[in-house]
Amino acid sequence: MMGNQHLLAIKDLEVRFRTEDGEVTPVRGVTLSVGAGETVALVGESGSGKSVTSLATMGLLPRPAGRVSGGQILFHRRSGEITDLVTLPLPELRKLRGSEIAMIFQEPMTSLNPVMTVGEQIAESVRLHMGLGHGAALRRAEEMLGLVEIPNARHRIHEYPHQMSGGMRQRVMIALAMSCNPSLLIADEPTTALDVTIQAQILALIGRLQRDLGMGVLFITHNLGVVAEIADRVTVMYAGQVVETGSVREIFRAPRHPYTSALLNCLPARARHREDGRRVVQSIPGSVEFGKEGCSFAPRCTLAADICRTGAVTLDDETERSVRCLRWREILA
Amino acid sequence: MWLKLGQRLVSLTIVMFLVATMVFFLTRLAPGDPAALMLGDQATAEDIAQLRQVYGLDKPILIQFVLWLKEVASGNLGHSIFLQRPVIQAIAERAEPTFFLALFSVAIAALVGIPAGIVSAVWRGRLVDQIVSGLAMLAANIPSFWLGLIFIQLFAVRLGWFPVAGYGEPGAPFVERLTHLALPATVLGIVNSALIVRFTRASLLDVLSDDYVRTARSKGLSEARVVLRHAFGNALVPIVTVVALTAALLVGGAIVTETVFGLPGIGNLVVSAVLRRDYPVIQGALMVVAAVYVLINLLTDIIYTFADPRVRY
Repeated sequence: MMGNQHLLAIKDLEVRFRTEDGEVTPVRGVTLSVGAGETVALVGESGSGKSVTSLATMGLLPRPAGRVSGGQILFHRRSGEITDLVTLPLPELRKLRGSEIAMIFQEPMTSLNPVMTVGEQIAESVRLHMGLGHGAALRRAEEMLGLVEIPNARHRIHEYPHQMSGGMRQRVMIALAMSCNPSLLIADEPTTALDVTIQAQILALIGRLQRDLGMGVLFITHNLGVVAEIADRVTVMYAGQVVETGSVREIFRAPRHPYTSALLNCLPARARHREDGRRVVQSIPGSVEFGKEGCSFAPRCTLAADICRTGAVTLDDETERSVRCLRWREILA
Repeated sequence: MWLKLGQRLVSLTIVMFLVATMVFFLTRLAPGDPAALMLGDQATAEDIAQLRQVYGLDKPILIQFVLWLKEVASGNLGHSIFLQRPVIQAIAERAEPTFFLALFSVAIAALVGIPAGIVSAVWRGRLVDQIVSGLAMLAANIPSFWLGLIFIQLFAVRLGWFPVAGYGEPGAPFVERLTHLALPATVLGIVNSALIVRFTRASLLDVLSDDYVRTARSKGLSEARVVLRHAFGNALVPIVTVVALTAALLVGGAIVTETVFGLPGIGNLVVSAVLRRDYPVIQGALMVVAAVYVLINLLTDIIYTFADPRVRY
C-alpha cells in the first residue's frame, strides 16, 4: 500500500540530539506508514527511538536539543494535500496539531494541566480548532467525556485532574485527543502507566473509537500482548532503526528478524512451550553507536555470524513486509 | 474551610502574643531613659522620677508588660511620650505615605519582574536571558539609598520632573502627594524586582518541561498561550509568595528610602521613636507592622487556593 493513499508515511527519518557528550542519533532512517483507519503498532524496547519518532511527527522534539536531520514525514491532509511535516512552518503545523493529528501520552497523572478543569482543557482545543464559542465548546467537552464513558460528564467537566484516578485521567486525555475528530491518533504507550484491568478498558475504548471514527492510529508500545490485541500491522524498532515490518499475523506467526523472535519469546504464553522456560533478550541494549559497521543487534544476537558484524545491513524491503537482517532467509530455512 | 480559618485565627493570636513579648522586652533592653531624654541635661532627679511615675515607668517591668498587654488586647496602643498624642493617631498620620509607597513599589516590582522573568525563562540561555539576568543581578546589589540619590539628582534636580523630597503640604491634593512617591516607588520597585525576576524565571523553567506543557503544545496552541496560560498558571505559587513577601517587607517601612526622600512614613516614625526611647510608639508601630505582615501571609494563603486548586484549607 505504498503510495499516496497513506495517511502518514514516514520516510528515512533521522533525528539528532545534542547532548553534553556530543551529538547522538536516536532515530536513523526510520520508514513506516499508517493507512486511514488502520492501527499500526510501533514496537521496541526503551531507547529504541519509538517515542522520539512520534514526537518528531508532532514536531514536539525537545528544543533546542533535538531536531529532525533527515527524511520526510508525509501527512495526507483532509484537504487532500500531502504535506511534509518536517518542512512545514510551525504556525501551519500548529493548525494540524490537535485537529488532524492528535496525541495521547504515557503519563495520565502528569499530562493534564493541574490548575485547569478538565472541561476547560478540552474546550480550549475545541474553541481553537472548531471555532466554537465558550458555551458550545464546553458542551462539546461534556459530549466527549460521555463518549469515553466517563459517568456524570455534566458534573465532571468542572473537576480538576487531581480529583480523578489515573484511568479516568487517561480517558480525559483520549477525549481531549478525539475532541476535534483527528484523522490520525498517535498513542505513546497510553496504557503503560495503568493497572491491567484499566489497561484493557482503555484499549477497548481506543479500539472502539478508532472503528467508529475511522482514524488511523500509530500505537507505540513495548507490550506485544497489547499489539496482538489492537494492531493491524507492526513495525519493530531496535536501536533507532526499523528492523521488521509486517502484518500482525505475519509478525506473530513467522517473525523474520532474530530480535522480533526474541521479543516474542518473552511473551509468557510462548515461553511456556519452550524447554528453557521464559526467555529474555540477552544483555542490555547497547547505546546507539552510530556509524558502526554491521548490524546493530549483532552484539546481542544469538545467531550472529561474522558477516553480521562487518557487512552493510539494509532494510530488505518487500511490499508490506520488510526485515533488516542479512541472514533471515538462512535462519528461517 | 471555616474550621481551618478559625484555627488560623487562633494561631495568629499566639503569634501576635509572641511578637508583643519580643517587642516589649527587646525595646527595654536598649539602655536609656525616655524621661531623662525628654527633660534634657538640666533636669533634676526629682523631675525625672516624677515623669517616670506619670508614664508608669517606675513600676516593675513585668507589671508594665501586663498593663501594656491589657491595653493592647483592648485595642489601645497607648500614648506617645514625646508626640503628645495617642500612638494609634501617630501611626495613622504616618501610614499613608508608607502604604502607598509599599503598594506602588510592589506593583512596579511585579510589573517589571514577572514579565522579565517570563522572557528570561522562555529564551533561556539566549542573549535576552543573559541581559535580563545580568540586570537583575545588578538591581539586587544596588544600594537603594545610592540609587535614590542618583534618581533625585537626575529626575528631580536636573530635569525637574518630580519633587526632590518630602510628601507635600499636609493639605495638598492627593494627586500632588502621589507625585512625591514616584521616585521612591521606582527605586524600591527596581531593587525589589530582582528577586521577583529570579523566582519567576526559576519557577517557570521548572514547569516548562512538565508533561502538561507538552500536551498543551500537542493541542496546537500558540506558544504564547502555552507559556502564559499553561506554564505560568502552574508557576504561580512561588511567584505569589515572593511578591507577598516583598509587600510585607515594604509595609514595615523602607527606612532607608523614606529617609533619603524625606518621606514621613512608618519607618521614619520608628527610627525617631527609637532614638528618643519613645517606648509606646516603638511598641505600637511594631505591633501594627507585625499584624499587617501576618495578615498579608493569611491573604497569600487564600490566594494560593485560587492559584492552585489542589491547595485547600
